[in-house]
Amino acid sequence: MRNLWIFISRYNAFFLFIIFFIVGIYLTVKNNAYQRSVTLNSSNEVIGTAYDRLNIFKRYLNLGMVNDSLAAENAKLKSQLLGLTTVDTAKDVKVVDTITNQQYTYLAAKVIKNSITLRNNIMTINKGTVDGIKSGMAVIAPQRGVVGFIRDVSAHLATIQSLLHKDTKISVTLKKNNALGSLVWGDGNFDIKKAFVKEVPNHIKMYVGDSVITSGYGSFPAGILVGRISKANVATNDNFLSAELNLFTDFSTLQYVYVVKDKKADEQKALESIAKPNE
Amino acid sequence: MNSRIIIVNVIRWFLLLFVQIFLLKNMGFYDLSTPFIYVLFLLLLPFGIPNILLYLLAFITGLTLDAFYDTMGVHATACVVLAFVRISFIAISLNRDAIDDPEPSLSYMGFQWFSLYAFLCVIAHHLVLFFLETFRLTEIGYTLMRCGLSCIFTLLLILLVEFIFYRRTPR
Repeated sequence: MRNLWIFISRYNAFFLFIIFFIVGIYLTVKNNAYQRSVTLNSSNEVIGTAYDRLNIFKRYLNLGMVNDSLAAENAKLKSQLLGLTTVDTAKDVKVVDTITNQQYTYLAAKVIKNSITLRNNIMTINKGTVDGIKSGMAVIAPQRGVVGFIRDVSAHLATIQSLLHKDTKISVTLKKNNALGSLVWGDGNFDIKKAFVKEVPNHIKMYVGDSVITSGYGSFPAGILVGRISKANVATNDNFLSAELNLFTDFSTLQYVYVVKDKKADEQKALESIAKPNE
Repeated sequence: MNSRIIIVNVIRWFLLLFVQIFLLKNMGFYDLSTPFIYVLFLLLLPFGIPNILLYLLAFITGLTLDAFYDTMGVHATACVVLAFVRISFIAISLNRDAIDDPEPSLSYMGFQWFSLYAFLCVIAHHLVLFFLETFRLTEIGYTLMRCGLSCIFTLLLILLVEFIFYRRTPR
């Protein structure tokens, strides 16, 4: 013990140095944010690396279990895929007609080319003769509103002569009183949200806010909402009134449309062609 | 005599720390060379001082600097290292019994001994100081360059001060 004290007192400079040095380092690390963060970081790094190594081993041990679960999931997905390939949900949505036999079926189609900026606008959809589309069929918008008529058809594609075209005329009625008129677009107003109802008889009273629906004379089924009148009783030179209406169809954001298939269209056409004029 | 040494050292302490904190703290060449003249106080403490007192003085001086530099502990540690180097160097280079000079200054010890003494103490102090401040080895080149340039600056200042207060004493 005495020798130890002699030893310590002889080299007291060194031992005192160790003590003070440790105190100094302790103060440095404890009180300075930067040094503290560095020491913590490096220790965290060491621990993090160790955990990372451990994880690699764990992954190897679990490979068998992971394989089994993946195989099971694969089988499940495959059976689901088989189910999906036989049924195409995008084809021929049936609409039940309770009065007569079902007359109209609707076929959803995706718009693959749209056009709204021209005077005569033509769209393209991704369904064609393979899906039973023929020229002249009516096309309506998903929620409400009309779009136009099928114009040309190829095997898998078809073009639509949209309402925004000078040759498009759709027979409409006022929902309130069934007064007939025809819907046209672009007569002095090329706003894609507005169209005109023309050839409304003079004695019909129209008001702003009246709903306009399709009449059912032609390829469109009756009762499809077209728009709402925004400017009523516009006088024209002839014996008819006209009105401006806001369309329900938003042509600028049209993604999907329904092509209306009329089962009795051919029959009707054949029948009507029998009646000769001037007979 | 004894009280005179104490008074001289107290005045020196205040003066050097004042210069260090209010003048040299704002000086530096491109953030590379910053002088630390206050170590001269520790260099010039008398020979007869007990080790424990020397360490305590070094530690307190360092802490005072830390308080002004906002680097708690860095200067204190560096000063403790300087004290250790000082004790070791004096023990090696001088015969303890034959020391009759009051303090290890340029006036008493001569240019050669004093410059080596100052160089070793300052470089130890600066190495610890800059490495503790940087606290990483990735910038070792930059740290060593700062350390070396600061060493040169500090040594120049110390020798300048020593020559200014040079007293020709009969040896």
